[in-house]
Amino acid sequence: MTDSERLLQSRSFVELGARQRAQALLDPDTFRELLGPFDRLMSPWLPRQGIVPQADDGVVIAKGRLAGRNAVVAAIEGGFQGGSMGEVGGAKIAAALELAIEDNRNGIPTCAVLLLETGGVRLQEANLGLAAIAEIQAAIVQLRGHQPVIGLIAGSVGCFGGMSIAAGLCSHLLVTREARLGLNGPQVIEQEAGIDEYDAKDRPFIWSLTGGEQRHASGLADAYVSDDLTAVREQVLQLLQAPSAARASRPDWYLERLSSLGSDVAQLDGADVRALYQGDAR
Amino acid sequence: MNRALNWLPGLAGGESLPGYPASLRVVDAELDNRLARFIAVVPDADNPFPRARAGEVGLLEGWGLAKAVNEAVAADRHGEKRAIVAVIDVPSQAYGRREEALGIHQALAGAVEAYAQARLAGHPVIGLLVGKAMSGAFLAHGYQAQRLIALDDSGVLVHAMGKAAAARITLRSVEQLEALAAEIAPMAYDLDSYASLGLLWRRLSVQDAESPTPADIAQVRACLAEAVRDIGASTDLTSRLDGENRRASREVRARLRQQWQEA
Repeated sequence: MTDSERLLQSRSFVELGARQRAQALLDPDTFRELLGPFDRLMSPWLPRQGIVPQADDGVVIAKGRLAGRNAVVAAIEGGFQGGSMGEVGGAKIAAALELAIEDNRNGIPTCAVLLLETGGVRLQEANLGLAAIAEIQAAIVQLRGHQPVIGLIAGSVGCFGGMSIAAGLCSHLLVTREARLGLNGPQVIEQEAGIDEYDAKDRPFIWSLTGGEQRHASGLADAYVSDDLTAVREQVLQLLQAPSAARASRPDWYLERLSSLGSDVAQLDGADVRALYQGDAR
Repeated sequence: MNRALNWLPGLAGGESLPGYPASLRVVDAELDNRLARFIAVVPDADNPFPRARAGEVGLLEGWGLAKAVNEAVAADRHGEKRAIVAVIDVPSQAYGRREEALGIHQALAGAVEAYAQARLAGHPVIGLLVGKAMSGAFLAHGYQAQRLIALDDSGVLVHAMGKAAAARITLRSVEQLEALAAEIAPMAYDLDSYASLGLLWRRLSVQDAESPTPADIAQVRACLAEAVRDIGASTDLTSRLDGENRRASREVRARLRQQWQEA
């Protein structure tokens, strides 16, 4: 196949909405959505603030199969309220993972894939979003003891706030070039620390530190994939078979790396971070 | 002044263990006739990371918390599981370029992982809110506990974002935000509203939340002991789902369970 033929045949994953992404990932004809839009479980908090809620609260939960294995997919719709986690959407993800844990305990192996397009807590539901994220994190850690939990950040929203911590708990993390991963959004850092510290309008700078390619090159993501539907699915299936890097369980390694930066740490660029995290100790 | 520094000597006594970042206090002490590890994040004016000098949870703090908790779990692998008490006064996560570049999200994931694994391994984990418990800092230090206890004091604050930043991000004025927070319980900044969400196990009235009296210390220690007994053999967070303002969280779980079994 020539390059131009490949280009014509490739189908973008990033351009798909949450529901289509979940469908595209699961084995053909196995997608079954749970608590879909017709169940109309919506945010009880948004209408009181003059914001129109969405019938699925921006989260798609689907059971299905991945290369024949039982799987649950939780896909966040970045197009609704920036993919923010409110009470209902957060509870949908936490509950789906909790039910997968129960299935595993009952002898039904079930893995999970999280499609993370989220700015983190939905500020209109602040403390309930935060609580839900704590519960999602608890469930990821527990489910991972049974079966892989794969995080996928495709873009274009990226993954921030408490959900970036959730990404750091997954067995495997898959990113594209369109992905960004960071705790604090650029605007918030600029507001808190000033424009000299972090210029939220300087996109190349932000990408060079938090973009998918950089995160993969510095070992903070496990796989890097092009924006192609078939390639994304193949990479997810491969990761299901791979041993986890268990980054969150390696405080000693990271503390040793960070201590090598000295007692007054200077600003670093992307290359500095890659060099630091690709060292011998890894 | 960081309140955890004022509470820790009375609650735990003893020396802070060596081997951790200077912004961490890790003290092993007795609680209810068993061992307990008390952990706090405190300001360190000489923190190598300048954006984490005022008690924020940053890279060293996240990974340091992970180490402090993991070591307790490893030490108790074959014995009685010590209680782990997170003494919480954390103003925020660290906001900075170094932090994002070096993956602060992963450092905080390390802390969450450690607390969650301790809980799953059978350690009673308790979050004691003596001051601020903000956003990512709270997720990393305390929110994985089986029981949350808060001092009943206006200086105790749980939230996802400070008022000024939250107003800017949601395109509102601070006044508009405050007006909404007065009506929308999860958005509010006061402890009564937070308590209505059902996430707190107990609220404790003390004489001096800033600088505890001996009676305050005795009362809080008794409450911690009671929490350890109440946790018993439970290892999950289900006790948080009963709040009057968490109806939707319960409904989602009930209806998803029904559909899950049919799917």
